[in-house]
Amino acid sequence: MTVSVNEVFETARMTLYQNFNIRTTTLGINLKDCIHSDFSRFLKQVYDRIKPAAESLVREAKKLEILYGVPIINKRVAVTPVSLIMETHAEPEKFLEMARTLDQAARDGGIDYLGGFGALVQKGATKSDAVLMESLPEVLSKTERVCGFLNLGSTVAGMNLDAVIALGQILKEVAEKSGNGIGCAKFVAFVNAPEDNPFMAGAFHGIGEPDFSINVGISGPGVVRDVVAANKTCDLTALSEVIKRTTFKITRAGELIGRELARRLAVPFGIVDISLASTTAAGDSVAAVLEAMGLERVGAHGSTMALALLMDAVKKGGAMASTNVGGLSGTFIPVSEDDRMTAAALEGALSLDKLEALTAVCSVGMDMFAVPGDTPPEKISAIIADELAIGVINNKTTAVRIIIIPGAKPGDLVDYGGLLGRVPVMAVNRFSSADFIRRGGRMPSSVTSMRN
Amino acid sequence: MQKFDPNSIRVEEPGKEYSFVTVLGRDQKGIVAKISTLLFQHNINIEDIAQKVMHGHFVMIMMVDFKDSPSDLEDVKTGLEKIGKEMNLDIQIQHEALFKSMHRI
Repeated sequence: MTVSVNEVFETARMTLYQNFNIRTTTLGINLKDCIHSDFSRFLKQVYDRIKPAAESLVREAKKLEILYGVPIINKRVAVTPVSLIMETHAEPEKFLEMARTLDQAARDGGIDYLGGFGALVQKGATKSDAVLMESLPEVLSKTERVCGFLNLGSTVAGMNLDAVIALGQILKEVAEKSGNGIGCAKFVAFVNAPEDNPFMAGAFHGIGEPDFSINVGISGPGVVRDVVAANKTCDLTALSEVIKRTTFKITRAGELIGRELARRLAVPFGIVDISLASTTAAGDSVAAVLEAMGLERVGAHGSTMALALLMDAVKKGGAMASTNVGGLSGTFIPVSEDDRMTAAALEGALSLDKLEALTAVCSVGMDMFAVPGDTPPEKISAIIADELAIGVINNKTTAVRIIIIPGAKPGDLVDYGGLLGRVPVMAVNRFSSADFIRRGGRMPSSVTSMRN
Repeated sequence: MQKFDPNSIRVEEPGKEYSFVTVLGRDQKGIVAKISTLLFQHNINIEDIAQKVMHGHFVMIMMVDFKDSPSDLEDVKTGLEKIGKEMNLDIQIQHEALFKSMHRI
């Protein structure tokens, strides 16, 4: 035998009983050279670039699932930020047409989500960026698979509050146009957005990237939860060690499959994103890991420290396992896509304030949480601005994916089904910050950015 | 600009190529017989077999060389899963490289 029975048993048990998988393989595609003055030709070139590449991705990823016996949950495509390629066609109806073309290419290529309908506006918006932002309500409600993003700030640029103000209104329109707010689930607001993030809805193919690249997201928290649950009373140093060892193994699997996929597609291998990402499958939950550590519910006092310990161990194990760690490499704690997070929000264990606090350590943002439809746009902007300020000042990525549900009240539970799960509607602070937010302008860059 | 050419997708190198068939569940008559018959039908050679009881699970692993198999690996996998269903066992086939990368530095 080239491998021991114990080693085979451990891996086989992970795949069979602990939701061990590759969370996502995302093909980044450069669209810059598709730009053409003839718009219909431009659209055709975009379609012809994406569809066959997506088909190849899906076909080869399926072969690897069979070969390694490890499910690859998501196969997706991220493209060059669309505002950039539309600079010479900056008209609202053309943005909608471009989005429809991307949607069609994704559908025909067999992928469920395509990321990149967004703009980098951390310091200011070009005309194209502004038109893209205006087009978001139409695009997110009239296309099925296109995901949008905005990078609204960075540690070196500060934060573009004017764009954050506009976004509050835009997201309200997205919510209304898409009926139950579902369009909001396809949009992420960032600061310090990584150019090689493989996770939707915020994935895009950055301008520093090659023509193609394969980026991989590793397995979810199911495997980690099981080892934490099996070590009920050990101290935190020992707990960190077992998490580190487990993450090493799952990251190595991600690296292996990512590299083999890139080799087969004859494209460069980009990064392994070592984020822990929950799914709606029972037990495949980051909050369940924290609860297995000894918290009665996620959101209880101690949650921030537990999350800090968890992700520090994940990063140490992951960094040892892969030379190319990148993307977000934090943790996702979506309120709707993680059944323990949903439960904690419904039971009152988890508030918006605690959700925000968790992002100060290792979480990459306030993700998939819902607020009542009558929340004023300035308040939406203020929630986003608070979260993004954490990222600007602490030199990290933070993000917001907020669902505004028309007609909903705090405590309501809205079921989107499938990947998106059930969204509990959370209470927002009733006091106003509108006068502060309306000041607009740009929050200056952080003094921590002056490193040269 | 790099072109996407499906024909550029490279094939495996020659030589042996190992996968491991893992059987988890309750020990019973006919496990080896049924699995080895299926593997033989797909022209897959069994190079080694080991079994033991771990954490209360009966575990059997087979190291197999599928280099000469003309079959689609998906059909082999489906066949193994069918046997697993009939005998109430969890059966998987996974490439050797997965175990080596996960458990070796």
